[in-house]
Amino acid sequence: MKTVKIYGPGCKRCETTEAMVKDAAARLGIETTVEKVTVQREIAMAGVMSTPGITVDGKLVHAGGVPDATKLDSWLTA
Amino acid sequence: MTAQTNDIPPHGTHPNWQWYAGTAVAAVLWLLLYRQLIPFSEWATALFPVARNSHTGEAIAFFLYDVPKVLLLLTLIVFVTGVLRSWFSPEKTRAILSGKREILGYPLAAALGVLTPFCSCSSVPLFIGFVSAGIPLGVTFSFLIAGPMVGPVGLGLLFGLVGWKIATVYLVFGFSIATLAGWVMGRMGLERYLQDWVRELNANVGNDLPEERLTMVDRIKIGLDQLLEILGKVWIWVVIGIAIGALIHGYVPEAMMLRIMGGEAWWSVPAAVAVGVPMYTNAAGVIPIVEALLGKGAALGTTLAFMMSVIALSLPEMIILKQVLTLRLIAIFIAVVASGILATGFLFNALL
Repeated sequence: MKTVKIYGPGCKRCETTEAMVKDAAARLGIETTVEKVTVQREIAMAGVMSTPGITVDGKLVHAGGVPDATKLDSWLTA
Repeated sequence: MTAQTNDIPPHGTHPNWQWYAGTAVAAVLWLLLYRQLIPFSEWATALFPVARNSHTGEAIAFFLYDVPKVLLLLTLIVFVTGVLRSWFSPEKTRAILSGKREILGYPLAAALGVLTPFCSCSSVPLFIGFVSAGIPLGVTFSFLIAGPMVGPVGLGLLFGLVGWKIATVYLVFGFSIATLAGWVMGRMGLERYLQDWVRELNANVGNDLPEERLTMVDRIKIGLDQLLEILGKVWIWVVIGIAIGALIHGYVPEAMMLRIMGGEAWWSVPAAVAVGVPMYTNAAGVIPIVEALLGKGAALGTTLAFMMSVIALSLPEMIILKQVLTLRLIAIFIAVVASGILATGFLFNALL
């Protein structure tokens, strides 16, 4: 069971990223809860400076822009 | 780490050479199109049933020449900027700035403000990220002012539409205002005017990202992605700006322009700032207006002041920053930057 959090104020890129994470998790058969964090204060607290940022089980793996699909798979399977 | 990166197959479906060849073909195509601007606009203007040298004819010709020109310039600028900025990130910028002595910090922050990719929608996390890493407040302000003020879009369009001399003047003064305004605010000891939660904050600065390794093709993709995103967002501002520019170019008499925005009227500079601050548009939308104003004989200082206040001080940005800054600090921020803009305006009206 993995917990993925997507940090972003709700821009289009953040939604695209969320959809990508859900797709990838389903495709790889990894049980995942995806949570969106939109409060600026919490985004800042997580150490994310450019959005969307992604954490997997609390570890920051990506910040800024839609992630690369192959890299996303590797974060989920790691 | 190394094992992980080795496993990743190279870039999607297209082989590398296709990306390089595609970029080269696009560059040639761009150049060919750019050279057809005048023939195209004259041909298209002639389709309208109005005399070429009438007010309406002039306005139509301005519009039909500027729309394709600005869109072409924007395409080039945004793509090249997107590729160049892929070498920078807020995380790297923070690392550079947090180790520097304060006096070096201001100009460096202004320079990095231009080069670091960042969108105003994430200015709050970025602000927190900087301040909680111990970067002085003033240095952070220099960074935040320089980003929009001397952004590549405004600068590149100014270069393409108005010429290199005025673009250089704008660059030098925009950069100086960002540096000095940050320094002034740094000396004022404004930390107590941050919102309470910001002062008590301990953001997770240690949560450092492993640096992503990008190939040249990745960078081209980033440039392309930026291009689609930004062009999709700003084209409407461009068209509106050019339409206003075209009306000024076609209909406003020079005598009237000289009276309102000429160098003689001392109040024209503060008036330009007062009009410019609440006005919200993208840099790409305001440069065609600037082009038309200068063409009609508006004074350089007044026009610079107008352009700077439209681009550098925007209401939506202030509303976002309200989450971290108290109203008092926002007012000081606006006052300091506006003073720099006023000084620039008066200086150029006096010199020229």
